[in-house]
Amino acid sequence: MDSALAIHRLQFAFTVTFHYLFPQLTMGLALLLVVLKTLAIRTGKPIYDEAVRFWAKIFGINFAMGVATGIPMEFQFGTNWAAFSRAAGGVIGQTLAMEGVFSFFLESTFLGFVLFGEKRLGPRLHWFATAMTCLGAWLSGFFIIATDGWMQHPVGYALGPHGEIILSSWLGLIFNPWTWWQYAHNMTGSVVTGSFVMAGLGAFYLLQRAHEEYGQVFVRAGVTAGVIATIVMLFPTGDRQGVMIARHQPVTLAAMEGHFETMQSAPIALVGQPDMDRLALDNPLLVPHALSFLTWQHWTAEVKGLRDFPRDLWPDNVPLLYYAYHIMVGLGTMLIAVMVASAFLLWRGRLFSARWMLWVLLLAIPFPYIANTAGWITAEVGRQPWLIYGLMRTTAGVSPRVSAGNGLFTLLGFMGLYLVVGILFLWLVWREVEHGPNAAAKAEGGH
Amino acid sequence: METLWFCLVAIMVAGYVVLDGYDLGSGFAHLFVARDERERKQILATIGPVWDGNEVWLLAGGGTLYFAFPVLYAASFSGFYLALMIVLWLLILRAISVEVRNHVDSPLWRPFWDVVFGSTSSLLCLLFGVALGNVVRGVPLDASGYFFIPLWTNFLPGEEAGIIDWYTVLIGLASFCALALHGSLWVALRTTGDLSRRSRLTAARLWWVVLLLTVAITLVSFAIQPHLYGQFMRWPWGYLFPALAVIGLAGVFVFNRASDDLRAFLASCTYLAGMLTSVVFGVYPLVLPANNPRFSLDIHNAAAPTYGLQIGLVWWIPGMILASAYSVFLHRHFSKRVEPD
Repeated sequence: MDSALAIHRLQFAFTVTFHYLFPQLTMGLALLLVVLKTLAIRTGKPIYDEAVRFWAKIFGINFAMGVATGIPMEFQFGTNWAAFSRAAGGVIGQTLAMEGVFSFFLESTFLGFVLFGEKRLGPRLHWFATAMTCLGAWLSGFFIIATDGWMQHPVGYALGPHGEIILSSWLGLIFNPWTWWQYAHNMTGSVVTGSFVMAGLGAFYLLQRAHEEYGQVFVRAGVTAGVIATIVMLFPTGDRQGVMIARHQPVTLAAMEGHFETMQSAPIALVGQPDMDRLALDNPLLVPHALSFLTWQHWTAEVKGLRDFPRDLWPDNVPLLYYAYHIMVGLGTMLIAVMVASAFLLWRGRLFSARWMLWVLLLAIPFPYIANTAGWITAEVGRQPWLIYGLMRTTAGVSPRVSAGNGLFTLLGFMGLYLVVGILFLWLVWREVEHGPNAAAKAEGGH
Repeated sequence: METLWFCLVAIMVAGYVVLDGYDLGSGFAHLFVARDERERKQILATIGPVWDGNEVWLLAGGGTLYFAFPVLYAASFSGFYLALMIVLWLLILRAISVEVRNHVDSPLWRPFWDVVFGSTSSLLCLLFGVALGNVVRGVPLDASGYFFIPLWTNFLPGEEAGIIDWYTVLIGLASFCALALHGSLWVALRTTGDLSRRSRLTAARLWWVVLLLTVAITLVSFAIQPHLYGQFMRWPWGYLFPALAVIGLAGVFVFNRASDDLRAFLASCTYLAGMLTSVVFGVYPLVLPANNPRFSLDIHNAAAPTYGLQIGLVWWIPGMILASAYSVFLHRHFSKRVEPD
């Protein structure tokens, strides 16, 4: 692999992975904020308003970090992936510009009102501002997924005389079937992160025996949303997303599953290590027939193995793809178990005194982040060796004039800067957590 | 159709400069006009609810440029790679400084972030001017449609020019001073008491510098890029744009002297928009002049195909009307002068 290409890929991977730690919380949290604000109006209890103020602050910090680390993403399409932008900008520029025009303005404007305008707006308009912030965040997610969905499964285009990619159907681009399942799966994932963070922090307060009434509100809201979201994550969204991959990217499916040999009644590997020299899975733990059933809804159906695809169509890092996918699924399963158990205890009225379960909820906070990240690695490494699936290879998309040396300079710069950003972020959030929701109630509205 | 999108992108850029210009410019006032913690807090409070939304104009403008002129986006962003990355880092640092400054009450913490905020804001003002200077001067585009330009070479605006040469630095300085003036007028408009009065005074002093630099860059630009001259000869109605800038600058002087802060600020908006549209008009129909005119990018060879541009109008126009409405609404809502605590 040419080293400039490797550095450009690494820089994009690093910056986008870091960036997505923030929006995945804001998108999920935005929905939970609307729920809490609705409860505040419905019940008239001030505790819900205080909860909204507290979480709005955490939302605000996350949002600022998301914006700060998001601008480099849009820029890098031009700076590092100029050949790709030149060829496909007329298509994906549409969705990226729509994100700016429709969602960023909406989100940033109404977040200003949510954070600074509660007194002047009154409860109903403040609810409206919260809902609009949520809409902005979710629209933003949609346009990004529409962009990625098109790169995964290009539709609505025609090829020009010089190989340039010309948008031919705007509706086709927006209603790309791939996009909608990926969007549903992704947004559910962000609700999972939001609910685990909310429930986990509630558990933290309950375990500490501080701000307990807030802790109960947070745990109740987080677990209720979380049990729904974790299950929807698996079915239907995860399942449908899998079927999309099986249908449109069968090589990717085989690599994800570590499925090397074409066979009928294909088993699914729960664990195992892909051995790329022998082209086999070491130490596999298999569930018979499962892959055939999940892929084709038929226990004995044939599933094509990786060996039977031309090598130059294989994703270029099969083990990474395999592990990312298995980590996502494995963690997803555990997250379902945690939320179902918590929901059961909540329903029986025993959760707030079940300290072991609260500990589990607290310690679970990092895992939805890891699962979401692993999911995105699966999607993006799975798309390789293509930048636009079937149309443009990743090798062809890179900026022709930006050297490896200049690329490494900026990659290192980003690493240093993001280290600082990450530390400041954790510390800022920790301060808010330490002050607790009461402090937020006292210093109403402001930063 | 290409011309229409050229104008729309220009409007986005002008919107960005006028809006984010005042909060970037207030970084100057933050360092050099405000005298104590109370006054710095006042300044930050004037931009607190709006700066995020202003920065969105950059993103939306970038997105619009991307889909309307993808070839330009690809060539310029990869060509100005290093400068753009530095802009990104400055934007990130600036956002962080606004966000974290008020969280800790310490005699070391706040001054540190004040310097970060003031200097990143000021450097951004300078760099945006340098970028504009590069577009006017031209870049070493070749037959491949790409170029790569180092940060600096011999500081001369010739064939071997870097991003920074004496000409682009001059434009950068002009941009820095114009935005410092803009920011001071904003602070004068949105605060009360002594801070407001001193901002007005600073603006009055900066005005002379801006006047001097405006004359200088106008003369030099016509010498550096002969294309500008041809444009104004061909379509004399284009003098409307520089006239707008002159009226704006005169307005700043008159209204600032009369302590009419709102009109002075609006005059400054007019000045900035007039300067920017003058440049844009002068460069048209080019979007990125090359040292070798054969390889220049213009609105035709850089634009996306017609269907995309047409369908783009359908959502872009209502979308931006809505977005502008939010901006107006937000500014009206937070239009009261900020008192010291």
